[in-house]
Parts: sequence; C-alpha cells; structure tokens
Amino acid sequence: MTSDTRPLSLNVPEPGCRPGNTPDFSGFEIPRAGAVPRPPVDVDPDAIRDMAFSIVRVLNKDGEAVGDWAGALSTEELHEGLRHMLLLRTFDARMLNAQRQGKTSFYMQHLGEEAVSCAFSRALEPGDMNFPTYRQAGLLIASGYPMVTMMNQIYSNAEDPLHGRQLPIMYSSKEHGFFTISGNLGTQFVQSVGWAMASAISGDTRIAAGWIGDGSTAENDFHAAMVFASTYTAPVVLNIVNNQWAISTFQGIARGGVGTFAARGHGFGIASVRVDGNDYLAVHAVAKWACERARRGHGPTLIEHVTYRAGGHSTSDDPSAYRSRREAAAWPLGDPVERLKKHLIAIGEWSEERHAQAEAEVLDTVRAAQKEAEAIGTLSAGKVPSPRDMFEGVYETMPPHLIRQRQEAGF
Amino acid sequence: MIEAIREAHDVAMAADERVVVFGEDVGFFGGVFRCTAGLQEKYGKSRCFDAPINESGIVGTAIGMAAYGLKPVIEIQFADYVYPAYDQIVSEAARLRHRSNADFTCPLVIRMPTGGGIFGGQTHSQSPEALFTHVSGLKVVMPSNPRDAKGLLLAAIADPDPVIFFEPKRLYNGPFDGHHDKPVESWKSHPLGEVPDGDGIVPLGKAAVRRAGAEVTVLAYGTMVFVAEAAAAETGVDAEVIDLRSLMPLDLEAIVGSVQKTGRCVIVHEATRTSGFGAELMALVQEHCFYHLEAPVIRVTGWDTPYPHAQEWEYFPGPGRVGEALKKVMED
Repeated sequence: MTSDTRPLSLNVPEPGCRPGNTPDFSGFEIPRAGAVPRPPVDVDPDAIRDMAFSIVRVLNKDGEAVGDWAGALSTEELHEGLRHMLLLRTFDARMLNAQRQGKTSFYMQHLGEEAVSCAFSRALEPGDMNFPTYRQAGLLIASGYPMVTMMNQIYSNAEDPLHGRQLPIMYSSKEHGFFTISGNLGTQFVQSVGWAMASAISGDTRIAAGWIGDGSTAENDFHAAMVFASTYTAPVVLNIVNNQWAISTFQGIARGGVGTFAARGHGFGIASVRVDGNDYLAVHAVAKWACERARRGHGPTLIEHVTYRAGGHSTSDDPSAYRSRREAAAWPLGDPVERLKKHLIAIGEWSEERHAQAEAEVLDTVRAAQKEAEAIGTLSAGKVPSPRDMFEGVYETMPPHLIRQRQEAGF
Repeated sequence: MIEAIREAHDVAMAADERVVVFGEDVGFFGGVFRCTAGLQEKYGKSRCFDAPINESGIVGTAIGMAAYGLKPVIEIQFADYVYPAYDQIVSEAARLRHRSNADFTCPLVIRMPTGGGIFGGQTHSQSPEALFTHVSGLKVVMPSNPRDAKGLLLAAIADPDPVIFFEPKRLYNGPFDGHHDKPVESWKSHPLGEVPDGDGIVPLGKAAVRRAGAEVTVLAYGTMVFVAEAAAAETGVDAEVIDLRSLMPLDLEAIVGSVQKTGRCVIVHEATRTSGFGAELMALVQEHCFYHLEAPVIRVTGWDTPYPHAQEWEYFPGPGRVGEALKKVMED
C-alpha cells in the first residue's frame, strides 16, 4: 500500500431528481429530428456504432416529419396509429378505474409509452411473434385483438381465455403474435431468440421480437439473449423499452453512469439503435428497418426505445414516493399522442375538433367493450371460471395424482 | 447406455425433422459423454449444434423453439450445472401450457447426467431430481439401464410436455451395484444391456419390478436399483426391488400393490435426505399402506452434506448401508 492509498467507498448511482427537487433533463442529449441517417438494412453493425449513442427522431418541435426515416406511413395509417394510441390510453384509464372499484386485483398502464408498442406492431407481418413484457398491450390493440377479450382476461371472468389462471394483463395470443406474458422479468427475451432460431432452422421467413425493460436488462436473460442472437445471427428484433424507471429504481442502477442501453449491443456485434420512443413515426421507421434486416437474414437488431413511464409502475405503486411529481411534465420528448396529433394538424390532416370527436368515439368503443365484459363478470361478481380449470392444462393429459387432488378439492 | 441414448436421438431425429439437439459440446464432438456422437454429421449443423456455456440460455432458447413448434432435446452437461436454468424451467417451461391455456406449449426434453460414483466431487455428482418433482407441469424420468434409457427417451421426446431426463452417469458404461472395489462390469453381459432396434417406447409413469420378493419392498431408481439388488442378494432378505423409472408421473399403483403385499418398505436414493424424493415416497406409503405396514419405513440416502470427493464411498448409499436397512426393517 502506497502512502496515498485511501479507503475505498461504494458508488451507488442516484437519479438527478427525487421528490421535492426540480426536474432537470439538461444533461440529456437530444439530437434534432432528422439528424440520424438511415443506413441500408444490410449494414455492418460496426459501421453504425454511433447510432447507439444518438436518437433516431422524425417529428421535430413543429410537428413536421423530417429526414431519412420520414415518409414511411400514409395519412390513413397515421390516423389509425393515433386511434390505436387513443384506444390504449382510454382502455388504460378505464381499467385503472375498474381496479380501483375492485373489479380486478391489479392493472398496469402504458401512459406516455403508447407509441412504442402501437407503432412497432405495424412493422410486423402476420405469423411473426412478439415476446412482450407487461407494458406492450399496444401490440394487441394495434393488431385488432378484441378489447372485450382483453377485459375478460383482466376481470378473470368466465370468458377469460386463460380461465382465470393468470394475473390481469398477462395476455396470450398466438394468433395475434403475442407470446404468453410471464411475471418473471426478462425470461421472454432469450425465448424470443430461440423462437427466431427455430424459424431459421425450419427455413421459415417469420421473425421474432423480444421485449425487455431498462431495469431487466440487468437480468442474465438479457445477456443470454444477446449471446445466442449474436452467435446464431438469429432473425430477431430485441427491444429495450427504456422508460427511465424500474418501479422506484432509476435506469442508472441497471446501466451505471456511462454509455447507453443500446451500446450494450456493441460487445456482441449486434446492430444497435436508439429511437425516440415518443415519436410514433420514428418507432415505426426503426422497427420496419430492423424487421426487414432480420427477415432478410442480416441478423438481430437491438433497439433502445427512449421513453418515459408517466404513470405508476402498476396499481400497487405510488411514484410520488420516489420521484418528482413534475418530472413527467418536464420529460423533454413530450407525449406521444400529442406529438402525432400535432403532426397530423401540421400536415392539414387533423384538427382539434376531429381530435375531440375521435376521443369521444374511442371512449364509446371502450365503454361498450367494458359493458360487454362486465355483463359476463368481474373478479368480484358475475360468472367466474370453474375451480376445476385450475387443475386442467397443467399437463396435456391429467396425471393420476392431479385427478386425485381435484377430487379431494371437490371439483 | 450411451449408445442407447444416442440411438434414441437417432430414431427420433430420423422420424421427425422437428427434433433438434443442442447443448455444450454436443455438436461436432458429440458430447462429453458421447451421447450425441455422429448426430451432427448425420443430420446437419442446424439440427445438432454446440451452444454457448449458458444453461439458462440453452433452456430459454429451447423454450422459444418449442413454442415455435420444434421439439428440442437439449443436454445440460452435468445436472450440477442446471441451476442457472432453474427459472426458465420452473417459471416458463413448466407453466406455458397452463398459463396460456395451451395457446403455447413446451414439448421439450432436458437431458442431464446425474448422480455420483465417479469421483466427481460436489459439482459433478449431485442428484437434484426433487427440485423438479416439486414443480407442477414437469415430468421427471430416470432410467437405470440401456433398454429403459432408449425407450424412456423416445417416450419423453414424443411427450407433449417438458420432461427432465436424468441419466445416472455411473451407469453410462455398465451396471454398478456400489461395490466400487470390484472390476468394472460392462452392459454387454447384462440382459438389460440388450437394446431392441426400432422406435419402441417405455411409457412414462410405469415402474418395473427388478427383483420379485415377498418380505420387503425397496423403492429405488437410477444407480440405486443395482445397489438394492446387491443388498438383497447379500443379506438374503427376500426384497422386491421396484425401479420407479419415472418419478413424475409416479406409478403409485405399483408401489402400493407391492408394499401392501410385503408390509415393509425401504426407500433408497443418492440425493440428500431432507425434503428428498424419498420423503414424498414415504408420505405416500404412509397414506396408502399404513394399515399394512409391519415396521416403520426406512430411508437410505445421501447425507445432508455437499457431495464430497475423498469421502465418496462414505457418502454414497452402498449395498452395506442398504443391507443394514433391509435387516433392520425385518427386525422391527
């Protein structure tokens, strides 16, 4: 030990802002919209290393779509995209309330993150498979999955396709390319790589999309997914939704103080891109690029969707206990619904009146679905799944010991 | 037994192109125990390949493949290495069917060499079967001989649900009755070493009587089947040795039938005792055979210590310890 050696101390990163502080995002570098060029889909990952430190953005502050990544969607598609996000936001608000009313046990909303799953969904083709987390219901809404069925699942009523076995919002729909959600974080990320490997083994043309949150990138499954995707050049798009917060833990705990989540792809030789997750057009354009890259056999892409979780983690969470109430409003990438609305108005394809009308129509649609679902039942009333359902489907054929237990339970 | 396992892979891969095989060292080299030798050459690199050293990644990708519609048969190099994959097995593979109401299923076989007797120390000798029998949604199998190994592996591959397939590594090259100081025997001279050609299966959930007897029932699986047979021969106790073969589902009928007949029961496994599978067997025997029992049920197991190196034969439940138990259960 030399004379200038001092005792070591542990570095525990802290967010810039806690309750009572003034939110300050001045250190958050945001490139101007259109600044990042769009490379060819067969680009060598090494040639686009800078994309992991920049942010692909299409919509500028005036609501104009600018740069290489603009122009991929028709006006009709943009109208539909806005409607999907409004549907998701309204659905969330109604279900959040339903939970408060005791109609279900639990709910998780998407507030502020609607563009990520709604826009990504549009880049996939029928037969492709998402391995989502609990905050990508936009994939279902945008692919036309019946909202009543989602509510039946949330209410665990007699028409719940999962027979009341799963926690609310842990949907599953093979038909809609939506893998059964696990509450164990990260596990699906490496499964998506396996599904994509299977497609390649089978000589198929379908691709997979894996999803994970910023916090869960610390899980082993993230690293396992990266090494398998890299080794086998799997046709998969690996999405990190960086919404800044993992319950009360800020993203710096999973990442440390340097680099970006996207930059984690560099060590694996995976094409890695950051995108403005609150910009519907940018998310869609990057998703389309990455999906095409995977489908044409050029390998995996890691996408970091930079967004902000404007609501609580779940109905069991109160974010005011660990972050400033003013932080969401100060988030510099704005609100995805407002930004797409502004764009449509800027190009003369929307107005405040039409928006108000669309919001009213969406509310009617969600209310009607809710009425229909509640007529069947909720967790607290109406028709519920049979207790017998708990014993079914553990195995394809019920083994003798489960038959005995079911009889013992009286079903 | 290695050849039988390799043959089962071969038969399944030839019959169904959805069967894919991967794991650490299983491709070009054919596995550290050679159970997948020649498969890559015969079926190509996309159906038999090497995996990175990441057990949760191996199982996690296999789950994705199974959900896609393939039938992965994967190797964990030693059962002792399976723990990083435990979350993927327990929370995912075992639950896909139930939680998605069969929207997604997981027809997956996870093979792993298990057990001791090879001076493998604590990281190449464990018997973690109870960690898997405790999990709803899994099937758990352990053959004790080449004939069963082939038939059970083919049944496991054909099964629509995930199967944990334990291969007692001390039995890979021949039967072993625990007399470690005797010359090593080969399967060539043993009747169960003869493996039928073709695609015949041994159904999961069916036990086999390895030695018929009238005085005491011995419940065993894997290497312990031979140890129990030796103990019966050496003590002269007329034991009925039942090779469970499949722990989940379990052939309760065979167990109950035998114990009700003999009125006595000894349970033998290599794994540690506390909360081991023997505890489950003991509970079932108590529930179903209490009024037929002439004596308390005895367990002979590995001690509740990490699997040792130098003290291997003091840890391993050999024919001496099993024989003592047979004599004791007859005296009670």
